[in-house]
Amino acid sequence: MTARLLDGPALAAGPETLAAHTIRLGPLPGPGDRQALPPMLDAAGLLGRGGAGFPVGRKWASVAGRSEGRAIVLANGAEGEPLSAKDRVLMSTRPHLVLDGAELAAAAVGAEHIVIYVGSEHRAARAAIGRALEERMADMRRIATRVPTELVAAPPTYVAGEESAAVHFINEGDARPTATPPRPFESGIDGRPTLVQNVESLAHAALIARRGEQWYREAGRSETRGTALITIGGAPTPGVAEIEIGTTLAEVAETAGAPVSLGPVLLGGYFGGWVAGRSAWQAPLDPQVLRRSGAAFGCGVVRFLRTDECGVRATALILDFMAGQSAAQCGPCVFGLRAIADAAARLARGTARGDDLRRVSGWSQTLAGRGACRHPDGAVGLLRSALRTFDDDFTAHQRGRGCVAGQRAWAAA
Amino acid sequence: MKTSPTSQRDRGTQPNARRPGPPDPAAGLSDLTLGIDRITCDGYGSCAELLPEMIELDDWGYPIIRPGPVPTALLGHARMAVDTCPVLALRLAAVARATMAAAVNVPAATVRAGGPARATNR
Repeated sequence: MTARLLDGPALAAGPETLAAHTIRLGPLPGPGDRQALPPMLDAAGLLGRGGAGFPVGRKWASVAGRSEGRAIVLANGAEGEPLSAKDRVLMSTRPHLVLDGAELAAAAVGAEHIVIYVGSEHRAARAAIGRALEERMADMRRIATRVPTELVAAPPTYVAGEESAAVHFINEGDARPTATPPRPFESGIDGRPTLVQNVESLAHAALIARRGEQWYREAGRSETRGTALITIGGAPTPGVAEIEIGTTLAEVAETAGAPVSLGPVLLGGYFGGWVAGRSAWQAPLDPQVLRRSGAAFGCGVVRFLRTDECGVRATALILDFMAGQSAAQCGPCVFGLRAIADAAARLARGTARGDDLRRVSGWSQTLAGRGACRHPDGAVGLLRSALRTFDDDFTAHQRGRGCVAGQRAWAAA
Repeated sequence: MKTSPTSQRDRGTQPNARRPGPPDPAAGLSDLTLGIDRITCDGYGSCAELLPEMIELDDWGYPIIRPGPVPTALLGHARMAVDTCPVLALRLAAVARATMAAAVNVPAATVRAGGPARATNR
């Protein structure tokens, strides 16, 4: 495993102090060099780590082009994905790397305010960021470049991290997505152009600003360059790890002590999908490569399905969660996800009605693109991957036979 | 983890990417497309009655709209559907240039399989 973001003191030692951080990594580049950052991030090939994988440099440039010096930066550490822990681990242990990135982003896009948006349930992360902000306030050398920065607790819901929901929450205290356009980069917090960027993406930017795009590109074993934080679950040693992008699932399994069984794995979290089989296990964990094969790197979740867990049941529980986490604004999401989750629950229990499986497959094709945000798209994307991966199991469940696995409850770790 | 604009998280699953409207320019396509505010829409269903060629309802009464430009011949009906939506959720908007190009250049196989998503699961 290649340590870049997680290089330095042991994670168990807690948040790195500003002094230790500065000694270890050196100061940030001066204000003059910060304007050059968007093209530099572009050249590095840095892709966003919130799940969508959009090029970070291009995003910064699009906000900078509209900013007129009045933009806002929102560092997104809501991390409402139940299977992901990488953002909170990063914020809890390397808070200054995240804040460096937010400060650089503010300089690069021309922002006069920074919001650090951290899930209210991530107590250690919020405490670490809060203390890090105090350390930076007390540092006289930073007076000239200081941008007013505010720490905001995000509601502990799945959609609170969706970017229009985050902006809506800051503006009106309502963490539900809004109809778009306008997108936050056009009109976000206080109607200003707003850069919403995942905290891991910002931390990578803080290293690239110091070491250059060539250094960043030295890591990466397939197509996409760099390293990535992943959250491993369903293995003897679960947790957050940093991998060189392009590392295979088989290698991750080996490191985490999971048997290389070629069994099903949930990639990318609840917005991602199931993959199985030899080709998937040998394929590089690389956002661009996975996307082409219909899978997703997403936010870096790698959740192995244990041999005593049932894929149908795991999928039904995820769909029930997704239905419950709908912001309840758009009909197709409210009614569609609930209907899917209820039918999936019957299938999982082995009490399916005559055409539950057929209806579930039909609905999986008709809900995408029909909400204000992509919550329904994420849910049916996961469902479609489950129907492919657990084809035989779903059929057995529809016939009321259930499966031999599935006794163990599905849990994040 | 939903943190980026729609276009940025497109994994090729959007209907627009796979099911463009009629690609034949000779059929007479307008430069307008139907859009809907999903938050405002309450599923009254009047749009599907007035414009069944382009709008059908799902199992819960919410519209499934055929993506792509509205054929010129249907523009009058489309305008009426927009004007009579009780909550003003439906709108006609200019087709993005890229969408037009995609509609015209779509492979033939996709065209035959195309058309709106059907709610066949009753």
